Amino acid sequence: MGIKSIKQRLLRERKAIQAVNDGYVIQVNDLTKKFGDFTAVDHISFEVRKGEIFGFLGANGAGKTTAIRMLCGLHRPTSGSGMVAGFNICNQQEDIKRNIGYMSQKFSLYNDLRVWENIRLFAGIYGVNENLIAPKTDALLSRLGFMSERNTMVRELPLGWKQKLAFSVAILHDPRIVFLDEPTGGVDPLTRRQFWELIYEAVSRGITVFVTTHYMDEAEYCNRVSMMVDGRIEMLDTPRNLRSHFGVESMEEVFTRIARKATRNDD
Amino acid sequence: MKQFLAFVEKEFYHIFRDKATMLIILLMPIVQVLIFGFAITTDIRDTEVAVCDLSQSMESRELIEKIQAGEYFNVSERLLSPQEADNVFRKGKVKSLIVIPEDFSNRIALNENTAIQIITDGSNPNEANIITGYLQTITAQFAAEQHPAMQPPISFSAETRMLYNPLLKSAFTFVPGVIGLVLMLICTLMTSVSIVREREHGTMEALLVAPSKPLYLIFAKTVPYFVISLFNLAVIILLSIFAFDVPIRGSFMLFIGTSITYIFTSLCLGIFISTVSKTQQIAMIISLMGLMLPTVLLSGLMFPIESMPVVLQGISYLLPARWFIDMGRIIMIKGLGFHYIWIQWAVLTGMAGIFLALSVRGFKVRLD
Repeated sequence: MGIKSIKQRLLRERKAIQAVNDGYVIQVNDLTKKFGDFTAVDHISFEVRKGEIFGFLGANGAGKTTAIRMLCGLHRPTSGSGMVAGFNICNQQEDIKRNIGYMSQKFSLYNDLRVWENIRLFAGIYGVNENLIAPKTDALLSRLGFMSERNTMVRELPLGWKQKLAFSVAILHDPRIVFLDEPTGGVDPLTRRQFWELIYEAVSRGITVFVTTHYMDEAEYCNRVSMMVDGRIEMLDTPRNLRSHFGVESMEEVFTRIARKATRNDD
Repeated sequence: MKQFLAFVEKEFYHIFRDKATMLIILLMPIVQVLIFGFAITTDIRDTEVAVCDLSQSMESRELIEKIQAGEYFNVSERLLSPQEADNVFRKGKVKSLIVIPEDFSNRIALNENTAIQIITDGSNPNEANIITGYLQTITAQFAAEQHPAMQPPISFSAETRMLYNPLLKSAFTFVPGVIGLVLMLICTLMTSVSIVREREHGTMEALLVAPSKPLYLIFAKTVPYFVISLFNLAVIILLSIFAFDVPIRGSFMLFIGTSITYIFTSLCLGIFISTVSKTQQIAMIISLMGLMLPTVLLSGLMFPIESMPVVLQGISYLLPARWFIDMGRIIMIKGLGFHYIWIQWAVLTGMAGIFLALSVRGFKVRLD
């Protein structure tokens, strides 16, 4: 590695630390993504503070997943800029990937691997220190109460357990931010509650949570919520402020009022 | 490197836990060798023939005895006149009729040329050719025995000698073909399907969000199939040597070397197919219809390329298996060295390079 690249790297790290010190782990400006003529995400801007649970709400096809994918470095933005964990989303995707965790709406563990093998695989991919893998695996399993399921094939676990496991694996490498794309789809209310307890625990360890959801009771658990309609962020505020803005009792009604403005169909 | 090993380990789990697929992968080469070796063989054995002996002499009986004696023919019908031939052939069991003329023994005694007539069911031309060839060989031997010192009394226009494969054993030619087919199926089909499967299940997304190089993942996918291919290669070679007496006349190492080149090309092709297929079904259809079918029909495995229409010959040039089978036959059966196969080898290597380049490009587009 040349001196120049080391210098550049140091500079980048310093910027990253600076941004984190400012209290923002995500800053996005006029971020836009077009697929041909279709504008999936249309000039969105927002900030997420460190340690915040940031809810990202919107109807199907509103552009949530595309936005998340841009933040994670899976899609290159058509225009606009953004910083995630202090790194530029346009050209520092690799740095970003090291500092985030991600759980997609499709279940992303391997069904034909045992629980511990999945943990080991992702620990290996994220370069978790070999000596730390065993204690981290134990800690993870005991936190979930899964000690006895260590050798179970993931395919045999109930859906709710799988998702709790997937979340724990996504934060195994202690990322600064974890992106959750509809993590609780199709799960019963009790398991969802347990899942949110895990989220709060992650927050208490200093991890910022960026979550999309369809469940409005979950929106209540977020510190702040953004409402996306047709690729734009229509409103962004705390759940309480949103409710009082519309003068309604529940997030359900807030969502219905805002989503009504949509002109796009479902995807 | 650690990442890479983690990926490889995971791929081995995937394959070994999929018992059904595993069984198919390991049994397929054996089954194919046996099918090609015993069933789709072009060798003849116990072929039923009819004889119409008008001479009824000692010599004619000797000739019939001789035809009956070997493992090739079984004289099942004796006709009184050649007119009955139609009836016999219509029944379909008898493939050939040998008519020995009335003056057969007289002419032999007088040292005059004589001719027997061989009438063969031509509905399967290949088979008919082989049967006629065998019968001619037997009668020529008979003639030579009758008059060892003299011009053979039963005239023959040409003496045929089959180079490299004097007994025309089809096992010799099908073994490189089966290797080509099996390796293509495992390397290309399985690799492409397993990459597309990750994309379909959404696990690819999780891997792409991780700080891992997608190229690692792709190469890790090929490692287990590479190992399995080597294993299958060994099984096929051992089976052909011990069950079919197929020789490897050329350099064994050269043969292994060309096989590895072929495996590499097939893996690259599999990766390439995965980059252009959206679903596992599409990958499978491309591999089976677009690749397996032409490979079986056009690669020279079953039918000689030289006798195909020009257009199909052109298509055969695009099939990796064609080049491998060509090399395999040159090394195994003719026993020649690298000097005689370098063109085929260069074509295969070039194909691998092209597929790899296209896949890397295709992959970047996907990540956008």
